[in-house]
Amino acid sequence: MEVFNYLLGGFANALTPQYLLLAAIGVTIGTAVGVLPGIGPALTVALLLPLTYSFDPAGALIMFAGIYYGGMYGGSTTSILLNTPGESASVATTFEGFAMAKSGRAGPALATAAIGSFVAGTLSTMLLTFVAPLLARVALLFQPADYFALTVLAFVSVTALVGSSLIRGMISLFIGLFFGLIGIDVLSGQARLTFGVVELLDGIDVVVVAVGLFAVGEALYVASQLRHSKEEILDVRSSVWMNREEWRRSWPAWLRGALIGFPLGALPAGGAEIPTFLSYTLEKRLSKHKDEWGRGAIEGVAGPEAANNAAFSGVLVPLLTLGLPTSATAAILLAAFQIYNLQPGPLLFQKSPDLVWTLIASLYIGNVMLLILNLPLIRMWVKILTIPRPLLYSGILVFGTLGVYSMANSFVDVLLMYAIGVIGFFMRRFQLPVGPAILGLILLPLAEAQFRRALAISQGDLSVFVTRPLSLGLLLAALAALVLPYLPALAARLTGKRTSAGRLVFGKGDED
Amino acid sequence: MRRFITYLLMLAMLISACGNQTASTSQTVQYPTEPINIMAPASPGGGWDSTARAMQAALSATTGQTVQVYNVSGAGGTIGLAQFVNEAKGKPHELMVGGLVMVGAIQTNKAPVNLSQVTPIALLTAEAEAIVVPADSKYQTMQELIADFKANPTAITWGGGSAGGTDHILVGLIAKAAGVAPNQVNYIAYSGGGEATAAILSGAVTAGVSGVSEFAEQVAAGTMRMLAVSSEERLEGVNAPTLKEAGVDVALMNWRAVFGAPNLTAEQRAAVIAAIEKMHGSKEWQEALAKNGWRDFFRTGDEFNTFLQNEITRIEGVLRDLGLVQ
Repeated sequence: MEVFNYLLGGFANALTPQYLLLAAIGVTIGTAVGVLPGIGPALTVALLLPLTYSFDPAGALIMFAGIYYGGMYGGSTTSILLNTPGESASVATTFEGFAMAKSGRAGPALATAAIGSFVAGTLSTMLLTFVAPLLARVALLFQPADYFALTVLAFVSVTALVGSSLIRGMISLFIGLFFGLIGIDVLSGQARLTFGVVELLDGIDVVVVAVGLFAVGEALYVASQLRHSKEEILDVRSSVWMNREEWRRSWPAWLRGALIGFPLGALPAGGAEIPTFLSYTLEKRLSKHKDEWGRGAIEGVAGPEAANNAAFSGVLVPLLTLGLPTSATAAILLAAFQIYNLQPGPLLFQKSPDLVWTLIASLYIGNVMLLILNLPLIRMWVKILTIPRPLLYSGILVFGTLGVYSMANSFVDVLLMYAIGVIGFFMRRFQLPVGPAILGLILLPLAEAQFRRALAISQGDLSVFVTRPLSLGLLLAALAALVLPYLPALAARLTGKRTSAGRLVFGKGDED
Repeated sequence: MRRFITYLLMLAMLISACGNQTASTSQTVQYPTEPINIMAPASPGGGWDSTARAMQAALSATTGQTVQVYNVSGAGGTIGLAQFVNEAKGKPHELMVGGLVMVGAIQTNKAPVNLSQVTPIALLTAEAEAIVVPADSKYQTMQELIADFKANPTAITWGGGSAGGTDHILVGLIAKAAGVAPNQVNYIAYSGGGEATAAILSGAVTAGVSGVSEFAEQVAAGTMRMLAVSSEERLEGVNAPTLKEAGVDVALMNWRAVFGAPNLTAEQRAAVIAAIEKMHGSKEWQEALAKNGWRDFFRTGDEFNTFLQNEITRIEGVLRDLGLVQ
């Protein structure tokens, strides 16, 4: 099995002191930002990108992956102790996790989250190890028409499934699209929406948009809310160890969470929120202790926490093999690859096998690190929550401003970042999810370019999208994703029952 | 050690200056006398950036001066060029890397500045382009491809880098040479060679165009067939005829060069050229060429000037024919 050879080679690289150190830094930062509400891995990677230009690509990507994973681990801490999800993939954890903490069982809740993250993270990394090289081979068959169909599927499922309101998700997505269209059109070489500003010719960097929407927008929003909110942090009084009963109830939930998280993360509808809610619902349905739900059922923490970690490895599959980001964080990771002149896609496994396998090996290592980091040291992470918000956010603003300026030494970028930040503030104010905007920025211009390429190749014949089986299948899947959420309501209407059930809704759709 | 080398160099210059006193009166400008700054008008990691950094290593070894590289990225180098034109006037210690892509970008982006405003110093490297087809393509030779291209131009799709870039320019030149109207060219632009490579392998486009090195691995692996290269002569270690051999009278090199600041005096220009010549001969530069697989294309002074003027005229013409410049 050549996969094993590659993987062993990856471990040999990843176990060098330099990469171990970077992985350790990544998971530590990741845990910290995961713990802090409002700051997530997408923002953190965006902030760090300009500082890592001079790193070697493998090292930087190992660190970024560590941040992403760490964020998934850290997010559970805030959900459980504060009833505030550290990032949106931990929303489902708050339901049972906070209930457990209130009844004095914060320790086991944190333990099942951390161990579950480890189990699912490791399991899904194994799946990634075997699935990604296979998919990379299949991905070589993808032509522009197929890519376009794939982006349609991604964009339909993101807007249809995520967010409490379809219209809000769409608005956010199209705000992203607008920013994505600015600059020189890759197909025709003509400038679009640049209004004669030369600095806009290359388009707006995803980092500028991400830091603006996430960091500046969040800082402004927090500042506007600061006087109104009061938070109570629950103590970790009990031991962080689980008893036999809790182990027995946790492990099936971890495995199910991992099995839900990985494929859903890998689908173009990706992201980590949907699988966490699916896992939560599934555990609730399967539980033999239905009376405990709402008062702290451990399965309700174990499942979603396993699912969100598994989803990350899943998200890496289309990112590495197709160059297709399926979540805001993946969009930023894509930008990171491109900064180092690496093009994720079918050829990445051929052209940069060392880098890919070192990265994958580092995921295994990062998971071990995170387990150590999160279990015994959990009380230390809770302390991070006591950092005063004004200090924290002003720090982030300074860091973000410096980072964005240093990218291209461009003052225009800084102005843009703040202008986009104001948009981000109003998006939060009117409950528009921010994640789809980042995704729209990357995905929709990609969809447009592939659509036009497909038509140029077919010399204007639209049937190219339905005559290729791959493209047709993906478009049908997109149609299903569009219709599916309305099926319960439709079924209810057809059977004549009056019901309050509207669309199926997963998550609040704000990934960061 | 560096100081010692500088001292020796100055001594050598002094001696040679004394010896030539009667022959030359203008060769005595000392250069460099202060740290040298090299602008790479692109983001870190690309071709211009790595060229600038290789120069940095070689120049600091040959001159003993501190050499710094800074990046001003954007719009095919025209943002960097604009800044260089405005801020470096008359300063011989300011250098900028540039190349063929910049010539095209100045025209397609209607840049407010152009290369006539800076001082050409030396051509450094050049890479030939390659025309490839997927291994299972019916085209075995460039002649067959051109025959079909002439018969039905729009049915042949060419995949390559961004619109108006080197790859696109080459296809435009091929069309002209083959007697096909360039506006009939069905060129499918990708954001870079890597993305184009995947598209070629998927069979989405008829033929692919990019730098020889971009396709080398795939050709070696047998997944692509190289039909022709765009250099004047056959390339060592590359098993493909030149376009000219294949009956298409076109040669195009993706060259990179170094430019000096605007408004340099003749003496300053000569001194900078001398320093770059010395750099070119250094062990460090030759190692960098080998390490990066760059082909030496060294030409200085008037030879470079003439070359540059010809390239500007030729590229403006083909971009106009392709409809990218009005």
